[in-house]
Amino acid sequence: MTTKPWVKDVLFVGLGLCGLASLLWAFGPIPGLRAAPLAAVPRPTSEQAEIEAVASGVDDDLRALQAAAGVEPVPRADGLTLARRLSLALTGTIPSLEEIRALEAQPPERALAWWVDHVLADRRHADYLAERLARSLVGVEQGSLIVYRRRRFVAWLSDQLAHNRPWDRIATQMIADQGLWTQNPQTNFVTAAIKPGASVPQEEVLAGRVSRAFLGVRLDCAQCHDHPFDPRWTQADFQGIAAFFGRSKATIEGVAEIRGPYHYDAPGVDEPVPIEPSVPLWPELLPPQGGDRQRLAAWVTHPSNRAFSRAIVNRMWNLMLGRPLVEPVDDLPVDGEVPAALDRLADDFVAHGFDLRRLCRVIAATEAFGRESRAPSAEDDEPRLEARLSTWAEFPLTRLRPEQMVGALLQSASLSTVDHESHVVIKLARFVQEREFVRRYGDAGEDELEPDAGTIPQRLLMLNGDLVHRRTRDDLVGNAATRIAMLTDDDARAIEVAYLAVLTRRPSPVEAEHFGRRLSGLRGKARREALTDLYWTLHNSTEAAWNH
Amino acid sequence: MEPLSRRRWLTLSGAGAGAMVFGGGLWQVARALGGGAADGDRRAVILLWLDGGPSQLETFDPHPGRPIAAGTEAIATAVPEIRLAAGFQRLAEQMADVSLVRSLVSKEGDHERATYYVKNGHRLDPTVVHPSVGAIVCDQLGADGVEIPPHVSILPGRWPARGGFLGASLDAFKVEDPGGRLPDVEPHVSVDRSERRFSDLEVVEHQFAEGREHQYAQTRHRQTVEGARTMMGSAQLRAFDVGEEPSAVLERYGDTEFGRGCLAARRLVEVGVRCVEVSLRGWDTHVDNHTNTRELVRTLDPAFAALVADLRERELLSQTVVMCGGEFGRTPRLNRLDGRDHWPHGFSFALAGGGLRGGQVVGETDPEGGREVKDPRTIADVHATVLRALGIDPELELVTPAARPVKLSDGVAIRQLLG
Repeated sequence: MTTKPWVKDVLFVGLGLCGLASLLWAFGPIPGLRAAPLAAVPRPTSEQAEIEAVASGVDDDLRALQAAAGVEPVPRADGLTLARRLSLALTGTIPSLEEIRALEAQPPERALAWWVDHVLADRRHADYLAERLARSLVGVEQGSLIVYRRRRFVAWLSDQLAHNRPWDRIATQMIADQGLWTQNPQTNFVTAAIKPGASVPQEEVLAGRVSRAFLGVRLDCAQCHDHPFDPRWTQADFQGIAAFFGRSKATIEGVAEIRGPYHYDAPGVDEPVPIEPSVPLWPELLPPQGGDRQRLAAWVTHPSNRAFSRAIVNRMWNLMLGRPLVEPVDDLPVDGEVPAALDRLADDFVAHGFDLRRLCRVIAATEAFGRESRAPSAEDDEPRLEARLSTWAEFPLTRLRPEQMVGALLQSASLSTVDHESHVVIKLARFVQEREFVRRYGDAGEDELEPDAGTIPQRLLMLNGDLVHRRTRDDLVGNAATRIAMLTDDDARAIEVAYLAVLTRRPSPVEAEHFGRRLSGLRGKARREALTDLYWTLHNSTEAAWNH
Repeated sequence: MEPLSRRRWLTLSGAGAGAMVFGGGLWQVARALGGGAADGDRRAVILLWLDGGPSQLETFDPHPGRPIAAGTEAIATAVPEIRLAAGFQRLAEQMADVSLVRSLVSKEGDHERATYYVKNGHRLDPTVVHPSVGAIVCDQLGADGVEIPPHVSILPGRWPARGGFLGASLDAFKVEDPGGRLPDVEPHVSVDRSERRFSDLEVVEHQFAEGREHQYAQTRHRQTVEGARTMMGSAQLRAFDVGEEPSAVLERYGDTEFGRGCLAARRLVEVGVRCVEVSLRGWDTHVDNHTNTRELVRTLDPAFAALVADLRERELLSQTVVMCGGEFGRTPRLNRLDGRDHWPHGFSFALAGGGLRGGQVVGETDPEGGREVKDPRTIADVHATVLRALGIDPELELVTPAARPVKLSDGVAIRQLLG
């Protein structure tokens, strides 16, 4: 059978239209080359002053540590470095050229607070934080297809964060709510612990998640033996928490409390032993009445439950500074000594209604967050460096996570901001490429801390992989390098744009001169290739792969 | 002490130069040697991973004539008292070098948990991620002079071997069909441009390192880039290219994806790679067990047998352990769809090489299909046996990043197999 002639006509016209559309897109204005007004919600200056006062208290606490260790804090980093840190920590990507221009249009004294507001108001922040938190809340596995919807759960959590709902309320909904995992996505917190083919959650898994994610205690160590470092935690404590989930079951009407109680299958004992719900500490905070999970949620999120606020503060500090105040991020001493800064932040967090955005603002306003990741002194050694890092006198270098790497890579190729308002083609491309890249690069899983240096296969993926190649090659539609080559003849400007797009800074005089020589006298294809090479080089630098 | 031979001297000086240039690390460069681990040491482990859980009754533990066999026949082997399921003619010829553990018992009946257990030798534990046997071997034996990853997973499937708490640098390097192209090892641009890019990179690196020498050094980014570059230019990469082998050799392994994987595993071990896992998927035969398993055995038999024979002919078998099995076995009774379901209560693993005694059978399953097995063993025992064979003490304790001591293996080496 042959194709009808009109079908070919339609295809031809369609192809033409697509070509036209891509040309329009390619030759459209480059937003990065001018300052674009970007909205940020204004907040009262009194609130900002209060935030800065708390931050300065935190710095006092840290200065005491620095004095005790005999270290001198390093100077403050410049504005663009801080903007990059905030974007990576809170949105999982780097600032676009468009955003950099808008930031630089702000009065310098207000620029940082403006940038924090801008980043927090960005939907990418809610999405990114939701995914990061979800790893500790429900893990990374897909679980039972019938009763568990991970994507819905993350979308729900992102909505809560986008509306800045209080953390205690978010936690309560996850632990206590009833209903269907499709309509009440928060119940996926419970159904995530249901194994394929089963209808009841694994109580021990939930006890482990509640204690790690919400209380910052690795109580699941006590699943098999009493906690090695904190003698307060025993196997009985662990079973007591697990027992709060002993009546829960996934039914056709959703998660409900209709069975139980929880039985503990002890080794060496014939019959499993029934266990009643109980809490290991502060029993007076546990309401006597109500459903099991409601009572547990009330106890976990009670303003007097120190573990709850400390845990999230430690986690957010880790997110923003690359290291938690107490390591590991999910194993804090419950009654023991913690750094004064942690309790100061936790107090402020509780006093202001478990407000996560305020917490981010306070941390961003600290001197600790703003310090350089380099030391001015010529005489330096590893012990001195370690002393500065452990007392927050210098900002630590932290390797980017796979999703940050891919976010930065795609952003830098685009000039304008890649976000939820972006062109559908960018979104689609991003989605597919992001997944493939993260799969190949290796997902960091539930680990918050990636102690390793990068691996050679990861580096090969950056050096020679398709995604980097596609995002840097000579390509009129997709890539910044080519568009800049087409639109500016000024080599110095082209180099500066590349540095801003990939590394969020301007080239040093040495760099500007070096790459100026590379570009000098080149035209057409040769010049586009040289710019492509510049992008590739910047992407493969240490600076691009580490938060600094 | 014997005087340094020229070759040995080259190895040492090459590794020394590598250590100086690249700051040491696992993949030190011994270019002078043109590849290969230290002289003579080719200790390695090859895991033929039967993904999905193979039926012991249709592979290494047939019970012909019994109701549980459901018609599966057995064949004689080179060792008079051992019989294999029908379809393993080629492996049967190698039986003098192959031993079977038929009495493995485990508590893991879920694919993911069981895979974790069998590959790592420890049960899933929420507080620590254990390294796989390959990562342990790489960590304990090192891989001096190997410019390509010392731990490789061919046709990796869902849960390839991991470095666990030993670090992501010991994760298996994942490759698909070795008949195809290796991912990401060739630059997209000309040699000239590639060289220029790397030299330009020095300019950017220098700028960033200024004032942060120690933090910068700790990132080890440059060493990683250098390691990747070394690998890109390494002649050892040819080990992946099974196309270099005469067609007769390819045919001996069976020219299948899995067969090519096994051939690549032999080539990789020859250049000093410490662990290769090659997966064969499809053993989760809940439906029509016999037909599906028969097909898989047709792929497995020539590849496994050729690998053992080839290693022996190249005098590598005494140092290289070959392990073959999956995450669990399958139920003795057929279900209503003529399939067999998950069965961790008595399943098999085949072991060869590494100086282990061949032609042995450890344990026995119940011919009636009950759960009682004679001489029950755990996967941890198999791990302990393999580590012992490679000269690694399974009782050695490593300390996890959370400061917890974990033994390499909690198992007890199987005496019957240690030579």
